[in-house]
Amino acid sequence: MVELTRRLPTMGRRLPVSPLIILLGAACVFLLVGSLESTIFAQQTVSGVAIGVVYGSLALALVLIYRATEVINFAQGEMAMATTYIAYQLILWGLSYWEAFFITLVLAFVFGVVVQLAVVRPVAHKSVIAVVIVTVGLFILIDGIVAWIWTADIKFMPAPFGNHAYNLGGVAISRQDLGTIAITLVSVVVLWALFRFTKLGLGMRAAALRPASASLVGVRVDRMLAVGWGLAAVLGAVAGLMAEPAVLVLQPTFMQPILLYGFAAAVLGGLESPAGAVVGGIAIGVFVNLVGQYVHFVTSDVRQPVAFAVLLVVLLIKPTGLFGRRRVRKV
Amino acid sequence: MRPRIAPIASAVAAATVLSVLPFALSGYHQALAAQVATFFIAILGLDILTGYTGQISIGHGAFMAIGGYTTAVLSRDHHMNLVLTMVVAFAICFVCGLLVGLPALRLSGVYLALATFALAVSVPQIPLKFSTYLGGSGGVQTTKTVSHLWLYGASWSGAAVLFVLGWLILRGRTGRAFRAIRDSEVAATSSGVGLPIYKTLAFGISAAFAGVAGSFFVLGTNGFAQPNEFGVILSLQILVGAAVAGLGSLWGLLAGAAFVGLLPTISSDVPVIGSTHGQDVVFGLIVIAVMLLLPNGVAGLLLRLGHRRA
Amino acid sequence: MSALLELEDVHARYGPVRALHGVSLAVGEGEVVAVLGANGAGKTTTLRAISGTVHRNGALRFAGRALPGEPDAVARLGIAHVPEGRGTFAELSVWENLRLGAYTRRGSLKSDFDRVLAYFPWLADRRNQQAGTLSGGEQQMLALARAFMQHPRLLLLDEPSLGLAPLLVSEVFRIVRELNENEGVSVLVVEQNAHIALQVAQAAFVLEVGRVALAGPTADLQQHESVRKSYLGY
Repeated sequence: MVELTRRLPTMGRRLPVSPLIILLGAACVFLLVGSLESTIFAQQTVSGVAIGVVYGSLALALVLIYRATEVINFAQGEMAMATTYIAYQLILWGLSYWEAFFITLVLAFVFGVVVQLAVVRPVAHKSVIAVVIVTVGLFILIDGIVAWIWTADIKFMPAPFGNHAYNLGGVAISRQDLGTIAITLVSVVVLWALFRFTKLGLGMRAAALRPASASLVGVRVDRMLAVGWGLAAVLGAVAGLMAEPAVLVLQPTFMQPILLYGFAAAVLGGLESPAGAVVGGIAIGVFVNLVGQYVHFVTSDVRQPVAFAVLLVVLLIKPTGLFGRRRVRKV
Repeated sequence: MRPRIAPIASAVAAATVLSVLPFALSGYHQALAAQVATFFIAILGLDILTGYTGQISIGHGAFMAIGGYTTAVLSRDHHMNLVLTMVVAFAICFVCGLLVGLPALRLSGVYLALATFALAVSVPQIPLKFSTYLGGSGGVQTTKTVSHLWLYGASWSGAAVLFVLGWLILRGRTGRAFRAIRDSEVAATSSGVGLPIYKTLAFGISAAFAGVAGSFFVLGTNGFAQPNEFGVILSLQILVGAAVAGLGSLWGLLAGAAFVGLLPTISSDVPVIGSTHGQDVVFGLIVIAVMLLLPNGVAGLLLRLGHRRA
Repeated sequence: MSALLELEDVHARYGPVRALHGVSLAVGEGEVVAVLGANGAGKTTTLRAISGTVHRNGALRFAGRALPGEPDAVARLGIAHVPEGRGTFAELSVWENLRLGAYTRRGSLKSDFDRVLAYFPWLADRRNQQAGTLSGGEQQMLALARAFMQHPRLLLLDEPSLGLAPLLVSEVFRIVRELNENEGVSVLVVEQNAHIALQVAQAAFVLEVGRVALAGPTADLQQHESVRKSYLGY
């Protein structure tokens, strides 16, 4: 995962702190002040961050794949859902939650790689639209398979962090929320480190930026793409496992609203920007919570449209998302 | 790619078959065929937008919703003639399309696609919010319901009319402008093609077609317009149908419409998996298989076959 | 002595357009060989045929074995191709570009980097600079440094003098000669600037319309009538 914002050559000059950073800073100050003023505000903010981080994780998966291949993986949410069911099954078979968690991450990686090899690679060079449709088909297929194996009945998974809530100056903060934030941020940071510091990460970045040049230095571009899909699936798996406690029950449709918010977050952040995806996710999570709390027009069924309405407004102002730049694809 | 509209002969052949067909079909199958016609119209609309001006939309379900609700509300509140409601739906959706097309000028590629996706998510929720006029989750019911035969006849006549309309638009000046835009916006602008006008116009036309499709859709569900029928899935279905259809072929459009309109219902009786989820598994597999084999849709296949013969 | 690189009757095409019509050439171990010719003669295509970036057939042998058809496999065999446009990763830093150059190597890069610095000392200060912000000449040097990080047996250079001031061109070729003499890297260099290429090369092939029109040791070619008239200007 590269720099915070992608810059085209600026002849060495760097702009002073961008207006965007100022805006974000102001928002953080606002949230802080509000939280100090009102406990409800604080609670909504914290739980907003917790779910927002999940959106961000899924958004990051979408951005990963988009940056490398210009494809929007419509099946990302359902893949995450499927891996969550796998974890559920492992727990049923007697593994502890955390054992199941880590095994699921490994299986998710394999799943992502297999999908890329079997279904994406054969179509990828022909047309981007075809790949997108393939992911739509995958969406439907996974839905069917999961419902077939486990039925669509509601299931319950153990809560990884329990139901305990901490009291911080009158604000009840659930351990689950904190745990979600911690786990998801850790996985994002680990991924960032992978991209920034390892040879594999460098190869993947090179393959995404300039596949032809990467080939010439010995990078197996095809392989990098497969690994990319694998890592995206791992991110999705984390999102799914952390989202399930938030929605309380396990059923085949549980990731669909999250996918929608994930799309919104990815676009909001600018599809080229990994940091933007995470920030976008948190922003949406917090925003939807606060607006839902304080604006009476916004009842629960209007939350999604509101989030998307905001997205549309942002796009009108900045057509490539908050952190996005107009990208020129090079070879 | 030049539009390969099937020559008059095969269009006439299709029309003949379609007019004779209903008398051989049961009511249930007539309704299914009407559903195919509905998708035909919607996919045609999307083809005009995406195939010809290159603007991607995953939001046509929203326009279908607007058209469908127009029909339902006008019928319920004003007892308007159903065909007349479709004309109104056409007009209203045309305007809506223009309204969407204008800001869409600022967006491109994937961003536009996801913005239209936002529409697909949001618009169907509007009736839930304004439930006094728009029925909320209880939906809106037309005062008259129609027979399967009527629906079949009306929907395929509508499809024929709109197909001819589309064909006339595309072969004329507007169509050439559209194709120029799709192939190269820069070149088009330098040649004097008024980019904003034509791109917005394409959105309007495309939305209008989807609106009429929405009207038929509502009539097909017993005249009952309900929010969750117009969800994201519908927009995705239209997109899949357009991809399967490919670009510029009448037979492609029919194939795409049949694919999305019929396949889910037909594939519901699958051994081993059972009817509830077999549908999804089979449909998903077939979508993937079709894209692997025919990345340019049926139209692409026909084009290749045509080249081989020549 | 069998040559390090041998091409026999190589044809190449871009889609339906044929660019090479049976090119044969050879680069001996430790040699610098130039490929000369006018625009469109097929010089760049020849390099692309070797690295596998263009569709080709014919016999291509490296160290006696057939060359694979994928660029990354060719790189792993020890062939570094610096293409037209230099193949620099403009969005990444200088250091990351160098690390990518060493992608096919195992183990620590420290000693490799030190050796590179011996030839390009100015790189030390620019490690974290974004590669796209370097000047044209610096990018060409970076491309050479990146290729050298790979420790190739054979270096393919495509028009290194393109867009560079004469002083820089001399500098680039001086480094090429040093890499060849001190490190034993064989070089196949494509150049429109025949004059400077022939100063460094031991042998040269002149391409015309996708075929080899002339070949031989530099001294012979420098004497040759048509070479002098067309490419050397006297």
